[in-house]
Parts: sequence; C-alpha cells; structure tokens
Amino acid sequence: MSTIAVTLGTDRARRLRAALTVLLAAAVAVGAPFYFAPFQVFQLTMVLLYAVALAGLNLLVGFGGQISLGHGAFFAAGAYTSAVMLDRYDTGHLATLPVAAAGCFLLGLALGVPALRLRGLYLALVTLSLAVFLPPLLKRLEPVTGGSMGLIVDKPQPPAWSGLAEDQWTYFVVLAVTAVALLLARNLLRSRVGRALRAVRDDESAAEVMGVRLSLHKTLAFAWSAMFAGVAGCLYTWVIGFVSPDSFSFVLSVTLLAGLVVGGLASLYGPLLGAAFVTYVPSVSQDLSEAAPGVVFGLLIIAVMFVAPTGLAGLPGRVPVAVARRLSDVAARRPSGVSAVLHRTPPAASAPGPESPSRPGTRASEPLTPADPETVGAPPRTEKE
Amino acid sequence: MSAVTDLLQQVVEGLGSGAVYASLALALVLIHRFTGIVNFAQGELAMLSTYVAWQLVASGMPFWLALPVTLAVSFAGGMLVERIVIRPVQGAPELTVVIVTVGLFIFVNALAGLIWSFTVKDFPRQFPDGGLDLAGVRVDWSTLGILGVVAVVMGLLYLLFQHTSSGLVMRAVACNPSSARLSGIRVGRVLMLGWGLAATVGAVSGVLVAPVLFLEPNMMGGVLIYAFAAATLGGFDSPVGAVVGGLIVGVAETLTGAYVDVIGADLKVGVPLMIILAVLLVRPQGLFGRAAVVRA
Amino acid sequence: MHKTTALRAAAAATAALLTATACSTQRGQDAPDTAAGGACKGQHTTGITDDTIELGGIYPLSGPASAYGTISKGVAAYFEYVNDKGGIDGRKVRFIVRDDGYQPPKAVEEARRLVEQEKVFAVFQTLGTPSTAAVWDYLDKQKVPQPFVATGASVWGTDDKHPWTIGWQPNYVAEARVYAKYLTDAKPKARVAVLYQNDDFGKDLLGGFEKAVAGSGVKVVAKESYEVTDPSVSAQMASLSRSKADVLLDVTTPKFGSQALAADARNTKWNPLHIVNNVASSAAVLKPVGFEHVQGVVSATYFKDPADPHWADDPAMKTYLKAMHEHAPDTDPANQFNAYGWAVAASLHRALDSMKCPTREGLRDAVRNLKDVKVGLLLPGVTLSTGHGDAFPIETMQLMRFKGERWQLFGKPVDTRKEFGPLTN
Repeated sequence: MSTIAVTLGTDRARRLRAALTVLLAAAVAVGAPFYFAPFQVFQLTMVLLYAVALAGLNLLVGFGGQISLGHGAFFAAGAYTSAVMLDRYDTGHLATLPVAAAGCFLLGLALGVPALRLRGLYLALVTLSLAVFLPPLLKRLEPVTGGSMGLIVDKPQPPAWSGLAEDQWTYFVVLAVTAVALLLARNLLRSRVGRALRAVRDDESAAEVMGVRLSLHKTLAFAWSAMFAGVAGCLYTWVIGFVSPDSFSFVLSVTLLAGLVVGGLASLYGPLLGAAFVTYVPSVSQDLSEAAPGVVFGLLIIAVMFVAPTGLAGLPGRVPVAVARRLSDVAARRPSGVSAVLHRTPPAASAPGPESPSRPGTRASEPLTPADPETVGAPPRTEKE
Repeated sequence: MSAVTDLLQQVVEGLGSGAVYASLALALVLIHRFTGIVNFAQGELAMLSTYVAWQLVASGMPFWLALPVTLAVSFAGGMLVERIVIRPVQGAPELTVVIVTVGLFIFVNALAGLIWSFTVKDFPRQFPDGGLDLAGVRVDWSTLGILGVVAVVMGLLYLLFQHTSSGLVMRAVACNPSSARLSGIRVGRVLMLGWGLAATVGAVSGVLVAPVLFLEPNMMGGVLIYAFAAATLGGFDSPVGAVVGGLIVGVAETLTGAYVDVIGADLKVGVPLMIILAVLLVRPQGLFGRAAVVRA
Repeated sequence: MHKTTALRAAAAATAALLTATACSTQRGQDAPDTAAGGACKGQHTTGITDDTIELGGIYPLSGPASAYGTISKGVAAYFEYVNDKGGIDGRKVRFIVRDDGYQPPKAVEEARRLVEQEKVFAVFQTLGTPSTAAVWDYLDKQKVPQPFVATGASVWGTDDKHPWTIGWQPNYVAEARVYAKYLTDAKPKARVAVLYQNDDFGKDLLGGFEKAVAGSGVKVVAKESYEVTDPSVSAQMASLSRSKADVLLDVTTPKFGSQALAADARNTKWNPLHIVNNVASSAAVLKPVGFEHVQGVVSATYFKDPADPHWADDPAMKTYLKAMHEHAPDTDPANQFNAYGWAVAASLHRALDSMKCPTREGLRDAVRNLKDVKVGLLLPGVTLSTGHGDAFPIETMQLMRFKGERWQLFGKPVDTRKEFGPLTN
C-alpha cells in the first residue's frame, strides 16, 4: 500500500517535503566522509554497495514476487568481471562497470528463462544451488580467475585535484554509482515494467488477462535484478581490491536475502536499511558477546523479525500501534542503532527476552483464544496485500 | 578389481551419501508438509540433537537409552522452538518466517560452538565396523544401517501423511490455515506437532550420520544443501520423493565425480543442479510432488 | 501519512546518529606519533608506550571457519600470563580481538578499525589466506606491522612488496617438502594418491609436493579434491582407492582428516601408507576414529601437541596448561589451536624483546632478523630464523608416526631450507 501512496503522491506540499528530504539526505551523504573516521567511511561505503545489490534483489523478490537465493552468484560474477579486467587487461576502473553490468544482465536473462517455469520455493532452491556451484567453478577457471588464491587488484586512487583521501574518493565513487542505481531502480518501478511486475506479483492470471506479457516481464525482472547485483559486485572489487572464490559462498546469497527482508520488501529505502543491518549488526553482536558473536547476530535477526515482520522500513508506520500493543516485548528485543526510533520505548527491565518461554506481559494484556495463534505478538497485517 | 565391480563400488558409495542426504531431506519434507515453509535451521537443530545424545552418552548413559531420551528431548525442543520463535511471526509474510529460520540457523550453530567447541567429537557407532563383501563390492554395515533406518522413517511418514487423520488435519493446515481454523482445527497445536516431529526426524538423521561425518557444529551445514537438492528433486511434499531424490543426487554426484574427468570431484556439486533443473523444467513440482492447483 | 512519518523518522534517526558520533569520533588527521630522538628518531610509536603495547587480532569467531577462532584464546592467555609477570620488557599487552567471520570485507573493516580507532601497534594476527590478502596492502600503506599471520601460504614469504607482513608457521610448501624427502628416502618408488582441500592450503601443499618429488621415483598417480562445504570425503576416498597407490597423502582440515582416516580404515582392500598433514594430525582428530585404526599413520609437526601424553612432563607444556586453566578456563587446553596461539604469541614476545627500537619499524625489522630463536612450545630442534632473502620463520619440521596412543617422533628434524634450498616464487 505504501508503494501505491508513493506513486500517487502528487500533493504539492508533499513534493516540497520530499525535495527537502532528498536535499537533506544528499547533504548528509556528501558531508559524511569529511566527518567520520576513515574506517567508518569504509563502513558507509559497504552499506551503499550492499544497498545496490539489495535494491536489485528487491526488484525480483519485493516487486516481482520471485525468491532468489542465488544473488551472491551474480554479485560474484560482477566482482570477478571487474577484477579480471583490471588484472589482465589493466583497463581503468570505470571501464569495468558497464561490462560487469551488461555481463550480469545477460547472465540474468539466460537464467531468467528457466526461472519462468519455477515458482516460489523451487526457484529459491535452484538459485541456491547456483550459488553453491559458483565458488568451485571459479577455482577451476584458475588461469583466468587466479584460482583459490584469488586476485589482488588496485583500488581506485583519488586524482590529485580532488585533494581527497583514498577512502573518501572511493566513497564518492560508490555513492555516485549507488545514487544512479537507486534512481534507476525507482524509475524502473514507476515505469510500465514496474507496474507490470507488481500486477504479476499480486495476481498473475489477472495481469495476464489485462495484457501484461508475463514471461517477458518475469525474465526481464530477473535480468535487471542480476545486473544490480553485478554492479554491486563490481563496486566490491573496487573497494576491497581483492576477490577470492570462498568470499562468495552461498552464505553471501543468504545474507543478501536476509538483509532485504530485514530491511523491508517492496520498499524503496528498505534496501538501505537492510544494507546497514548486514554491515553494522555483526560488529554490534561482537561488542555484545565476544565469545560467540553468532549467537547474538542470530538472535538479533529473529528479534527484528518479531518487532518488524515486514522489515525495518515498515517499522515507522507501525511503531505507534505496535508500541502501544507490546511495550514490554519491544524493549527486550531492541535490535540495533539502525532503528533509533525504538528508543521511544521505555525500558522494561522485567521483560523477558525472545528466548524465554513465556511472555506474561503479552498474555496479561491480551486475552487469547487458544485456537488463534495469530494474536500472540503478531503484528497487524496491514502491510501485506 | 574389474571395471564393473569398480562402478558398483562407486554406486554403493553414492547410495551411502544419498542416504545421508535423504535422512535430513525427510525432516525438511515433514516441516514443509506441516507448515508450508522451508526450514533453514533444520540441519542445525539435528546437529543440536546429536550433541544432546553425545552429552548423554559422555555422561555415562548407554547409547540405546540415550537415543530415546534424545528423540523425546528433540520432540519437545522442536515444539518449543515453534512456540517461542515461529509463533510470534505467524501470519507475517512467508519470507519473514524463512528469514527467522536463517537467524535460528546462525544462532544454533554458534551456540553449539560455544557450548561444545569446534573440536570433532567421538560419537558412538551404532552399527558394527566392517561390512559385507558382495562379489568384490564392499558394503559397510553403517551404509546398510543408514539406508534401513531411512527406509523405515520414510515408511512411517508415508503412513502418517496418507493414512491417519492427523495427516489430513496437517494437510489442511499447510494448505490454508485460516480455513482450517474456521473448521475447528487447532492450528497452533498442529504446527507445534509438525515442528516437534520434524525435529525428531532430524535427530534420527543427526545420530545416524554422526559416526560417518564426525560430530562438530558444522556437521549438517553441508548436508543441508544436498538435502534441499534431494527434496527439490523429489518434490517438496513427498517422503518417498525425498529419499529417491537423495539417492539419485548421491549416486549421480559420486559417479560423475569419479568418472567424468571434466567435472571431477571439485565440480560434482553442479551435477545435482543440472539434474534438478532438467527435472523441474519437465515437472515443475518435482519427481513425486503433486502439482498445486490454484483457483484463480 | 505513511511516508511522512517514515521520512521524519529517518531524518530523526540520521540526526541522532550524527549527534551521537559527533561526540565520539572526528575525522582528525592527528600527527602520527614518532620517536623523539636517538637512533630511532622519526620512527612510528603509535600503540606503544613505556608501559603498554596495543595489539589487535582478527579471527573468525563466527561463520564457517570458527573452529580456528580459539587460537585467539591461546594468544590472549599468553599475554595475560606475561602481563601477570610484569609484561614484555615492562610493557603490559592489551590484546584486542575482532571477528571477521572469515570474510575479506569484514577483515578490511576490522583492520581499519584496529588501526584507526584502536590505534594498535601491530595487527597480530590475521587468520586465513583470504583475510590476510585482503588487508596486507592497506597495512603496508599505513606502515603497520602484520607479523606472524596464521596461514601457511608461501606467498607471505616469497612476496617482496609487503615488508610489513610475515608468516610464522612452516609454509605449506615446506611441509610438502618434508613428506617428499621422507618418501624419496624411505619409499623411492612410491606411487602416491593425494586427497586435498580445494583452496589455497590444499593447492599450495599439493603443488609443493609435486615440485619436490619431480625427477625422483616418487609419482603422484591420483588426486581428488573436496570443498570445505562438502559434507564428506567418502566418495573421493573411494575414487582414490581405485588407483591402488602405495601412499595416501591426506591434505585435509580436522573434520575431513577424521573422515579420511576412518574411510581408509574401513577399506580393508587398500592399505596405503597414510600421511596426514599437520593441520589434521592432532590426537584430537585421531581419537574419534579410534586409535586402533590409525596405527602407523605418518605426519610431521613443529610444535608440541597438548593432547599428546608425550609432553605431559615438559616444563613449557606445564606452564601452558597451568596458564590456560587460569586465564582461559572456558576453553579446552588440549585443543591444538590453543597451543598454536600460545606458541605464536610467545614467538611475538621474543621478537618484541629483540626490537632495536620500540617502534613499528623496529618490530618490522625484528621479525625479519630472527636468529635461531627458541620458543617453549616448539619442538626441540625447531627454531625461528629469518634474515635477508628468507622471510619464513619456521622451516623445520619433524616426522612422526602414530603408535599405540601417541605420536612418536622419528628421524632428525628436517630443515627444508638446507635440503631444498630457499623457497622462491
């Protein structure tokens, strides 16, 4: 519903406000690298880069309704295209971007054809096996890819006139590409393609009856989505300066999908929130428990899904309702700095954690009918069509 | 050793791996039948159950007593997981539930590492060492044993799905929870039961494969991918399909790994991918799955 | 309405984030700390004072390689033990551990955090070839020492563009040379089957072995690889058994080592001499297979295995066990990775002691100028030696054979430098 609101928003005041917000965001984005320490700028760069991949995945999953667990493979393809070009042909960095994008677009187009026949779960698992298959393939192609040792390539260097440090320059380059990519994603969604995609997701038969060319749009969605992942991969090579097959294991694909869902499906800024989640939360987990960061990270994913079942992007809209509904719950599961809005919730020291078997707070305030599990801490289902 | 015995030996090895994949695939199919979701944490829950068994044996309990205790603990644990972790996101989009199981995967894996460390554990062998020699082909007792237990579990699940009223109820729940609720089914209980049963089947799988794969927190991580492949190939709602799918995947990857030099052991993981793609292009619901009929 | 709320919230969040960080972080280009005078004038002293040293390590505490994370506990226990005894040359060590989950981008992030925020003296250690390769350019540019990385790839020693980075453990090629020498002496006509992990570790060791036996009667007749993500290596073992080779060279990590040993024991028709590489040779790997199944297995080592009763009365081992009980009670001291961490930390201690200047440059030069330095947990005869043109601290290993319930060392320590000449790219 929010997406419809976005497309239909024509009110003048609203436009003004939107323009102001964009300006503010741009100012913050441009000012950040002069303010933060280099490693924080690096973190922001990673957020932007993942956001591109997530925006692509969002086209497919959020707006197209198809699940892919193989976007790590496209990400890797983009990263390797860039790395191989830099390593063997010594092309400039910028030259690798269109090649990686076009290559992944074509790859996505080729894989989009079988993807047409598969839906839901089956598509997810076929794409997952693609992600599993890619690392050994990259190792096999050793003469080109450098095998399991990977490739070390140069990072883009700031030109002298800019007076910027390396991390700042990289940040601005990635920021520029990300801004273009996000705009492209937004425009794609507002175009015929986007409307067709949403129509297909919401009711395939109805869309077809209305004259939407189903197979064309589904295949194109896959291709666009792969292209975004490839662009993100290309940026990755620029930022890290090193690629190796085992960096692109299926864990990356699962992380991308998790990031997208945590950030918020079918939302325009969900990918940014999701990217921030996958970048910052592992370090936060580590600060909370050095012995087993994984324990905390796993719990945080679950906790965010409890608090924001439609993703962090859907949170602001539901916070007033949700806060009122389960004061005690939320406080115990406050996810991370990303959702600073949650701090409105007063701390409830006695609230049990997500692992505790009983939640007296919810129970007491909300009498339940045993046959209806949905009321137990379940969110209102307004977000989902 | 002749080329034929050689080939048969490889087939036996393939069946051995296939049985391992099938055992976990059964748990995946079970949970999918009950709840309609894919549970990424299934393998990790199985690994956790295996550690429970190991802990019991290590503290002096005889294995054949530890086994039923483990299964009971797993059943209860599975129900508890449903109640605590899954219930709060009931009714949220399906992907949300899937991502919750991803979080559960990461959590359980790290938790096991925290409690039991990553050192390989000495898990008791249920089947004797050695094996049969059939015309020069060696078949380990453990391979036979795993195949046998997998067949029994498959049979039980088949009976449960097709010939009991709870099978019917659970199909109703998986198909359409709200309608099921309207017709008086206690959906919450059915889902808890599904998670409990899947955890139990997973525990059987973990205990079976631990002596072969060696117990450590990442034991089931690799198996999960192949179990997904097996279930996808067989069709996600058929226990027979899961087992047949597992065996096909196991045999196919072993044979191509051993005999097709271009593919070799490093790329053999691509073989199940090709098979699945080929099968799904012809039968999108998998080998044994039933095509979903959607009323538009 | 929906959208404005969201935007406001986002703006508020950004503002909050900015104000929060405003107090804590600034992008200040503070002048690097340098030594004031004397021979060390102008050298960098960030992270080191007269009574402290800051060190930062990056390990996989989460993710698929977390088995190695426990190395950090051995290292931390050593530094705590040393701090209790007054520190290193009067300087107390503060050791910061960060987690990279075995992912290169996280390793870069954490290395930057350690250098820029924690202002460490040196990054000690990074673990794994990918993570190390991802950060060494950065550390080189920042002139931060990266001593004793926890990976045996030979590139750390053969590369000459990164003077700030150096390995520690015998590189995989050196280890391969030890097995090659043993086979050419003991079984000059051996036909060898190789099981190897399909990554830098397996490839490096296999390549080194093939090079070292080239021209001798020893031939590699079959090789099979596996991926770290594979559930098992039984299919590969079945393929290898078809070769009927006399020797099985088993280049695996612990779990797969156990699997390969068990598969070899199960197969009564093929009984090759089983050589298991050092990573998978701990008694902790052999025990689950059953000691009766691993009799006669050969391996090579360079440090004392805490799970081996052979060293129970060794003074260095006693110190280690006692300190582990005291400083790292929640971890298993018998785990070889803990002992590895302890030994490598002790090696760094020696290097820090031998610095001419207490500066980053001093450490960089010290680790490249080690002369037969002895470390308690290293085997007798194994010492740290580096110098001009030799950036491999440990290149000596000792062969051992499993008998009864323990490893028995045999032969003399093999100095691969002497036997095969220096390792070049």
